Amino acid sequence: MSEESNIDIYRRRFMSGTATAAAGLAVAPGVMLTEVARAKPAEQAVTSDVRWGMLIDTNMCNEGCDDCVTACNEEHNLEGFGRPTTDAQWIRKVTLKDKQTGNVQTLPMLCLHCEHPPCVDVCPTGASFKREDGIVLVDSHICIGCRYCMMACPYKARSFIHEQLQDQMPYSPRGKGTVESCTFCVHRVDRDILPACVVACTEENHNAMTFGDMNDPGSEISQQLKQYSSRQVRADLELNTGVRYRGI
Amino acid sequence: MLKYSLITVIFSLLLGVQTPGMAADSAPASESSETFFIPKAQRRYSKEQACVEPIEEMRANHMEYILDQRDATVHEGVRSRQHSLEECINCHVSDAEDAPRVDSEKHFCNSCHTYTAVSIDCFQCHADRPVKSQFHSLSDSSKHRIKNTAAVLPATRSSEQLNVPSSEDVGNE
Repeated sequence: MSEESNIDIYRRRFMSGTATAAAGLAVAPGVMLTEVARAKPAEQAVTSDVRWGMLIDTNMCNEGCDDCVTACNEEHNLEGFGRPTTDAQWIRKVTLKDKQTGNVQTLPMLCLHCEHPPCVDVCPTGASFKREDGIVLVDSHICIGCRYCMMACPYKARSFIHEQLQDQMPYSPRGKGTVESCTFCVHRVDRDILPACVVACTEENHNAMTFGDMNDPGSEISQQLKQYSSRQVRADLELNTGVRYRGI
Repeated sequence: MLKYSLITVIFSLLLGVQTPGMAADSAPASESSETFFIPKAQRRYSKEQACVEPIEEMRANHMEYILDQRDATVHEGVRSRQHSLEECINCHVSDAEDAPRVDSEKHFCNSCHTYTAVSIDCFQCHADRPVKSQFHSLSDSSKHRIKNTAAVLPATRSSEQLNVPSSEDVGNE
């Protein structure tokens, strides 16, 4: 099984490599960059030329601030039912405390949109999938609510909907009996708009979150990743996460 | 003998008069009853066309269009609006506070689906009416656009952008 998926990955890398080479032949190197990075027309499918990623600077993330969480809940209408253990949670604040020094850090934890997502590996129906541009989603039409993906996710990023829901947002359909998680605000990203949490963080001048295309060397996120040291949570699992952290 | 024939004539007259009368009364009544009431769309798709496809075609095959669009949107990120469920709702359902919801037989989708006894589960997850959301107000603001290298080459970008139909333009006229 793992051998097969490895072969798939190699094949994909080879194919994408040849595709890029072909594109490079067709246009000048500088122009090719813009071709990759420009917002896509609505009727065009996403491609693997883009890989969406997020960089979170924990030094800028204030303890007690949950603007990103509130923004997410509002954007997707994630209402609570007074049951913290099972209520839907796409992004949450995590507090880290160094017991020796007493130093406290907080950071938002969300779906890390792995390149090799374990949730996709275990899904028996194919509902859990990774889009070409690296965003990991659940197709609720196919999800049977078995929750294997919730078990497989090392980051506890997924929620199961236990209750009948009403008044969902048109761009964020959600329903009882399916698993869901952060979508990187895919409805916004497809229209070239930043995710709600990033907007909220920037609006409040915390500037702890940077979102962009990690395949584009000129993007803000790529430049920051190049300039500063950053970490993947549980890098030992070699999932190549799309969300990375500075300062932890 | 005369008595019996008279009774038969009276009965047949009564029946003969009454039966067509009843039929004539009940037929329009069932058509105008609430189960067969289909709400009018909020607007036309274009000057030439009432809906996104010819109306006969939509009545027969609307589910196929929605299904195709569903897979394209969820898996490939295609955001064209012509055949999206969201645009069906935006056009066919009123955004008024007291507008009928999907559990009512006056809701556009449910009016017909009740009549044909087809139960759908679209609206267990999807919005059954147009919702003006935070998302739309944010989308107007250019400062929340994703920055990319394309901005470095403004000439290429602006010329390319003219060909890109804005997602807000379709269906909001």
